[in-house]
Amino acid sequence: MSARNIAVAAALAALVISLAFVPSVANGYQLSLAINIMNYTVLATAWTLFSGPTRYVSLATVAFFGIGAYTVAVLGEVLAWPLVLLVAFAIGFVLSLIVGLSTLRLSGVYFVIFTFGLAELVRQFVTWYEVNVTRTLGRYVFVDITTEQIYWQLLALAVVVFASGYLIQRSKLGLALRVIGDDEAVARHVGINTTHAKVVLFAFSASFMTLAGAVMAPRWTYIDPAIAFNPVVSFQVLIMALLGGVHRLYGPVFGVIPLVMLFEVLLAKFPNHFSIMVGIAFLLIVYAIPRGIVGLIEGAQLSLSRMKGA
Amino acid sequence: MFTEPLLSGITLGGIYALIAMGLTLQYGVARIMNLSYGESLVAAAFAALWLFTSVSVNPLIGLFVIVPLAGIINWLIYRILLVPLVKRAPSRDALEVDSILATFGLLFVAQGVMLAIFGGNYFSYDFLSIPVKIFGATISASRLLALGFAVVIGLALYLGLTRTRAGTAIRAVAVDPVSAQLVAIDVRATAAFAYALGGALVAAGGVLVSMFLTFNANLGVVFTMKALIVVIMGGVGNLLGCLVAGLILGLTETFVATYVDPGLTLAATYIIFILVLLLRPQGLFGTRRS
Repeated sequence: MSARNIAVAAALAALVISLAFVPSVANGYQLSLAINIMNYTVLATAWTLFSGPTRYVSLATVAFFGIGAYTVAVLGEVLAWPLVLLVAFAIGFVLSLIVGLSTLRLSGVYFVIFTFGLAELVRQFVTWYEVNVTRTLGRYVFVDITTEQIYWQLLALAVVVFASGYLIQRSKLGLALRVIGDDEAVARHVGINTTHAKVVLFAFSASFMTLAGAVMAPRWTYIDPAIAFNPVVSFQVLIMALLGGVHRLYGPVFGVIPLVMLFEVLLAKFPNHFSIMVGIAFLLIVYAIPRGIVGLIEGAQLSLSRMKGA
Repeated sequence: MFTEPLLSGITLGGIYALIAMGLTLQYGVARIMNLSYGESLVAAAFAALWLFTSVSVNPLIGLFVIVPLAGIINWLIYRILLVPLVKRAPSRDALEVDSILATFGLLFVAQGVMLAIFGGNYFSYDFLSIPVKIFGATISASRLLALGFAVVIGLALYLGLTRTRAGTAIRAVAVDPVSAQLVAIDVRATAAFAYALGGALVAAGGVLVSMFLTFNANLGVVFTMKALIVVIMGGVGNLLGCLVAGLILGLTETFVATYVDPGLTLAATYIIFILVLLLRPQGLFGTRRS
C-alpha cells in the first residue's frame, strides 16, 4: 500500500466516523434529511454497482426496496431484527436471481423491459394477496427501532455497499464486467461467462436495495402497496445516479446530495406537480450532462492538464 | 359460458394487437424504445372522454380528430426531443439506452400532467353499452365496434406497409437503415414518419379502449408493458406476430380473470413473458439475430 492509499483510507475512515456523530448534533428535521440522503446514497450506489459497468438500465429499484419494507411489516414482530434483515436480504437475492437468469442471457433491452414492469407486478401481487388472504390492505410497522438507529444502520449499509463495490472492481469479476460494458461480443470471445458475471452482480445490487427498504421500513408506521412500491423512487434513484455519474462508484453521491435537497423543496412547493418537475429535471440531465457531474469534473481536469502540458 | 370470455378475450386481444403494432413501428423502424408509449394511449382515452362528455362528440368521430393530432404530436416529439439523441448516439445500443432514459423522463412528465388535470380517479363513459347476443353469448355493442375498428385499422396498416411505396421504404429502414440510404431512402424522415404513425396507432387504441374499459392517469405503464410483451412475443417488427401474440395475451387475461382471479391478470401476463424469454426470446415469428 502506497502512502497515498493510506492517506485516502484514513480520510475515508475519518469521514465515516464523523458521519456517525451526525445524530448527536442534528435536530429532528436535519436528521430526517440525513436519513434521506443516506438512503438514496445506498440505493443509487447499489444501482451503479450493476448498471454502471454493464450499462443495463435497471428500473426495478423500488420493487426490491418495497419487498424489503414488506418483509419488515410481516416479520418485524415475529423475528429478531438481525434475522429480519437476513430474510429480507435472502428474498431480494432469490428474486433478483430469477429476474437475472431469465433476462440477462439475452440483450439488454429485455432486462430493461422486465425491470420496467417488475415493480407494478409485485405491487399488484401483494395487493391481491392482502385483499384475498389477509383481507386488510395496509399493515402497521411496530418495531422497536429509533430514528438514530435507522441512520446508523444506513451508514453501515453504505459502507458495506462501497466496500463491496471496491472489492468487486479489483476482482476478476470487476475486470470481466468492464469488458462486458465495453463490448459484450469481445467479452464472450475472450472466454468470459457474461451471463454468470451479470447475474451475480445484479443479485448483489438488488439485495442491497432490499436491505435498504428493510432498514427504512420503521420510518413509516403504516405501509400499503402504493406507499412501498411507489415508482417515483426508482425514478429518483436513476436521476441521482445519472446526475452524479455512473462510471465511478462514488459518482452517485454527487447526484444524491443536491437532488435530495431539490426534491425536498419541490415536494414542499409543488406537491401536486412533483412528478412533472422531476421528469423535467431528469430530461435536462439526460440531454445536458450525459456523463454526470463526475464526468464534467474529469473532463475539466483533462483539459486543464492538457493546457499545462502545451 | 365458455363463449363469453372467448369473445371478450378476442376483442381485448385485437386491441392489444393494434397497440403493439404501433410500438413495433416505433421500436423496429425508428429504433426508439419508447417507455412513455402507454401515456399516449391514456392521453387519447382522456381526449375521447372529454370530447364525449363536454362537447358530446361521438368517440368514433373523435377518432378522426384525435388520431391525426396524436400523429403530429409524436412527430414533433421525435423531431425535437429524439433527433438530438439519434445524432449523438455512436451506436444502436447507445441510442437504445438514451431513448429509454429520455422516454422514461417523458413518462413522468406526461403522467404528472394528466394527474394534475384529472386526478387519480377511474373514469369511463357510457357509449353504446347495449347488450348484443352472438353465438349465445352477450357482449356490449361498444366492444364489438371497437374490435371492428381495430381490424379495419390493422388491415389498412398491413396493406399500406406492403403495397405502397412509403410502406416499402419503412420496411426497408426496419431491415437495414444503412443500406436503405443507398437506395435513396431518407432514413431520418422515414423514421420520424414511422414514429408518428406508431403514435397515431396507439392513440386509436386509446380511443377504442376508452369505449369499453375504465381507465385512470396511472394506467399507461401497464399498457406499455403489455405492448412490449406482445411485440417481443410476436417478434420485433412483425405485424402478423403482433396479431397472434395480442390475441394470446387478450385471451389469457380474460380467461385468468374469469376462471382464476381478476387480480392476477398482470401476473399471468408476466408468466407468459417469462416463458417467451426462456423458450423463444426471438419471438414466435422472429428470426434469431446473430
